[in-house]
Amino acid sequence: MVGHAFASPTNIFAPMSTPAHSILDLSLFVLAITAIIFIVVSGLLLYAVVKFRTRAGDEDREPAQVYGSTQIETAWTIIPILIVVVLYLATARVIHALQDAPEPPNALDVIAIGHQYWWEFRYPKLGIVTANELHIPVSDPARPMPTFLQLLSADTDHSFWVPELAGKTDLIPNHPNRLWMDPQRTGVFLGQCAQYCGVQHAKMLLRVSVDSPDVFAAWVHDQQQPSFSDARAAAGQRVFEQTACINCHTVAGTSANGRFGPDLTHLMSRATIASGAAQNTPENLRLWIQEPDSIKPASLMPAMKLSDTDLDAVVTYMETLR
Amino acid sequence: MSVMTFPFPEAASGWKLHSRGKVAMAGLIIAESAIFTIFVVAYLFYLGKSGTGPTPREVLETPVFYTACLLSSSLTIHFAAKALEGNRGRLFLGLWLLTIALGSLFLYGTGQEWRRLIYQHGLTISANLFGTTYYALVGLHAFHVTAGLLMLLIVATFSLAGRMGMKQHKRVEVLSMYWHFVDAVWVVVFTVVYVLGR
Amino acid sequence: MSTNAMTIPAGNIEGRVWVDTLHQWLTTVDHKRLGLLYIAYSLLFLLVAGVEALVIRVQLMHSHNNLVSPQVFNRMFTMHGTTMIFFVIMPVLFGFGNYLVPLMIGARDMAFPRLNAFSFWLTALGGLLLYFSFLGGSGLYGAGNAPDVGWWAYAPLTARAFSPGHSSDYWTLALLVSGFGSIATGINIIATVLCMRCPGMELSRMPLLAWLYLVMSGLVLITITPLSAAQIMLLIDRYLGGHFFDAQAGGSAVLWMHFFWIFGHPEVYILIIPAFAFMSEIVPVFSRKPIFGYPVMVAATVAIGFVSMSVWAHHMFTVGMSSTSNSFFTITSMVIAVPTGIKIFNWLGTMWGGRIQFKTPMLFSIGFLFQFLIAGLTGIMQATAPFDWQLSLSYFVVAHFHYVIVGGIMFALFAAFYYWYPKMTGRMLSEKLGTWHFWLFVIGFHLTFDVMHVTGLLGMPRRIYTYEPGRGWDTLNLLVTIGAFLQGVAILVFVANLVISYFKGERAGNDPWDAWTLEWAVSSPPPAYNFATIPVVTSRRPLWDEKHPEDPDSRYE
Repeated sequence: MVGHAFASPTNIFAPMSTPAHSILDLSLFVLAITAIIFIVVSGLLLYAVVKFRTRAGDEDREPAQVYGSTQIETAWTIIPILIVVVLYLATARVIHALQDAPEPPNALDVIAIGHQYWWEFRYPKLGIVTANELHIPVSDPARPMPTFLQLLSADTDHSFWVPELAGKTDLIPNHPNRLWMDPQRTGVFLGQCAQYCGVQHAKMLLRVSVDSPDVFAAWVHDQQQPSFSDARAAAGQRVFEQTACINCHTVAGTSANGRFGPDLTHLMSRATIASGAAQNTPENLRLWIQEPDSIKPASLMPAMKLSDTDLDAVVTYMETLR
Repeated sequence: MSVMTFPFPEAASGWKLHSRGKVAMAGLIIAESAIFTIFVVAYLFYLGKSGTGPTPREVLETPVFYTACLLSSSLTIHFAAKALEGNRGRLFLGLWLLTIALGSLFLYGTGQEWRRLIYQHGLTISANLFGTTYYALVGLHAFHVTAGLLMLLIVATFSLAGRMGMKQHKRVEVLSMYWHFVDAVWVVVFTVVYVLGR
Repeated sequence: MSTNAMTIPAGNIEGRVWVDTLHQWLTTVDHKRLGLLYIAYSLLFLLVAGVEALVIRVQLMHSHNNLVSPQVFNRMFTMHGTTMIFFVIMPVLFGFGNYLVPLMIGARDMAFPRLNAFSFWLTALGGLLLYFSFLGGSGLYGAGNAPDVGWWAYAPLTARAFSPGHSSDYWTLALLVSGFGSIATGINIIATVLCMRCPGMELSRMPLLAWLYLVMSGLVLITITPLSAAQIMLLIDRYLGGHFFDAQAGGSAVLWMHFFWIFGHPEVYILIIPAFAFMSEIVPVFSRKPIFGYPVMVAATVAIGFVSMSVWAHHMFTVGMSSTSNSFFTITSMVIAVPTGIKIFNWLGTMWGGRIQFKTPMLFSIGFLFQFLIAGLTGIMQATAPFDWQLSLSYFVVAHFHYVIVGGIMFALFAAFYYWYPKMTGRMLSEKLGTWHFWLFVIGFHLTFDVMHVTGLLGMPRRIYTYEPGRGWDTLNLLVTIGAFLQGVAILVFVANLVISYFKGERAGNDPWDAWTLEWAVSSPPPAYNFATIPVVTSRRPLWDEKHPEDPDSRYE
């Protein structure tokens, strides 16, 4: 209800997964208590300001000089302490439930590696490597199938935040973290990096596609294939493999096995490029390869400075990587 | 009348507060203790976590003699301050110079140890986590010893010029507080690095 | 009581050459002049950091805006935060402390006047060093520019690999230098309060401002120093090949966070405690009653000082600490709300049954109470770690801490300006301009920072130079920006007030507010020596006892 008052795909009050739900429930409790405190104390303030204002003719009289009151001060010490105890107990329960949740055997394991300024996703048991767009299965509350993410970083600190699915957890080099979610509705969920990681922190966007079991299985199957090889793309593949592209990028089943940049084997299965900075269209692909600064200035993708023919060829090649 | 105006402030009898110098030095010591605490925490945190390179057990040798020098310099400075309080200028100067000598010996010992560690064992500040945290912690302490020695030397110069008398004894006490602090820090660093850390 | 016994009337001073005046100011060791230097310095940087904020706000006015490049934007938010905390709020608070503490305890100056001057100039140098970075030498990628690593300078972003050039070094060195200045001032204030009080002024009779500055200074000693230590470690990493925060060698980015926040959290209490001090002096005078519960106010502040050292990792709830650690920092962060809340209640209790005068200092004080209450409550929301897993690193946090620092501390500062400007200059600030200042600022403040909370709740992270359309953030950000400009206008009104009133303001006299602490016993401005004869006091409100000999405080304490 509150969640739909402000239309936003990243509304923390519109949870679609257990961790986000638990957080919402706790936060409503906290909001209620703080709202009551606010109403009482600001009410008293307003009352005091009105009732005890100087009135005409008051100038020479000083009011009674009261220095304190032990009873009142004790009361307003004890009541806050009690509120704190209640709040703490409610909170500790949720911390433990979310953080120490055991991983069920049917959970999907994904390793998320944060890079400047893109996300690498590996599905170790499925042999899949992809980037920026995460596909996970929907979880039926009756038979939950959560996804457990292991969070790593290749360089600076990052933070994985998809508000409608879970609270955020950081990706810190040398400090593996764990995050889980069990989205209860299919659809696309948006988010982005939340820990300042450098120049293009703002464009390290996240796209989580929650798929029904069939769609997910199909996706997995497609991702597990080596790259398509298509005759039309031979020229472009040659350019790709003979310039610096393969230093950074992998296309499974070819000689390109660079790890510094995103895996491109199934580039066309993604809706966006440059970690969400642009739609995945041929025009944008062309622009990204030739002049990445026009899409995401100071990202680590270098301007490839290809001739027009080579550029067209490479884009055609990319277009075949379904 | 509660705000009375006295022509002679001293006449408000019995109003005695702490000495500014001692309070200020205590404040400085508290602040410095916080800095050292952070370096000690880093040292302890990284114990055993070096990926490569020499380990404490392999290369550290307990500097017993030089530690004894530094710690006994606390005794000598204490007695020097007492001597000055009792207006025994020459005893003061003798003990003061002895303090400086013992402190300098300690620094010399640190230098020797570092020489051995660097040239014989290849332990530098960039070698591994142990190297970084060791040199940072021991170096920070040595820096404070050096600063202390400089101040002691200045006082020694004044004393040689005949300007140190009973009236300066409070200031010497404040300075000796600093010196005692430097020694106390060494006790902690010694325990952490040479006792616990191996 | 006759003023003649307290001040010796100044003789006629013949006109001075301006160079002479400049020299006097540059070499002064007088706590009042140093106080004014600190305050003037901070006002200058307030304007600079304010412009940085407006650049940020215009860039964020709508999605996909391109007023500035991402590089410039990142420098803007880094410099805005660093400047505001270290070169605006800290100096202005030290400035007021310098000016007021000796006067309020009946002393002639601080314990160490020359150290005092040294501290000021160290701070000044730090600020200049930080801003020199805009011009400083170029490095790789033209990276010899202002720091762009955020005011927390998280590792490993500050490693040479990710921050080539010298921009991070300007951040490090500027704060190291000014940090030493702050530590020296902390030592000075402690020595002054403990050793220089006038006869009869037991600690239990000290004005609350002196008590609170004592606690704040104690915190400075053990808070700034961890930052200095971490910065030395960072320099060792960057220049001596050290590995303190080098992930490849096994170093820990999280260790930097711990060290930084062990500084960073008590730092915000260092900032707020003097604001509490101002409120504790101003609210009683304009309610015409003594502070309600003096002993508890002292105890609560000391408690806040101690507990503040135990809450730091609530800034790290998303970092992946264990559930036990997260629970620990949750409870400590909630516990600190208790003494803080008590103080709010005590101020309310002071107003209760009083006779409230709505002069400008009191307007800002009431604003403080209302806004600090809200800020504290959003703080409690973030103390609950799971809620913080959503709120952290978003604009909700930015809204929260601006609520504390602007809605709380700045409002208290404005109150302090209007209250003590007469003492410092001998002229009253214009009530009319003050009222305009207040209402413009309140409206702008709430428009900006109330709305900002919502952007955070809708998933907007911090430190982004632009954002996607379709997230629902556009209109909200536009409102935030409009509010920022309103606040800017209000600040200009304030500055105009400061300047115009200096020349045209109504003459203040010794005690324009009919107040009760010792600074109001001397002329406005006070003579260089403060008091002709050191006063002797017998209660917490010496001037109240003077004015009401039939009912002195000394009877009740």
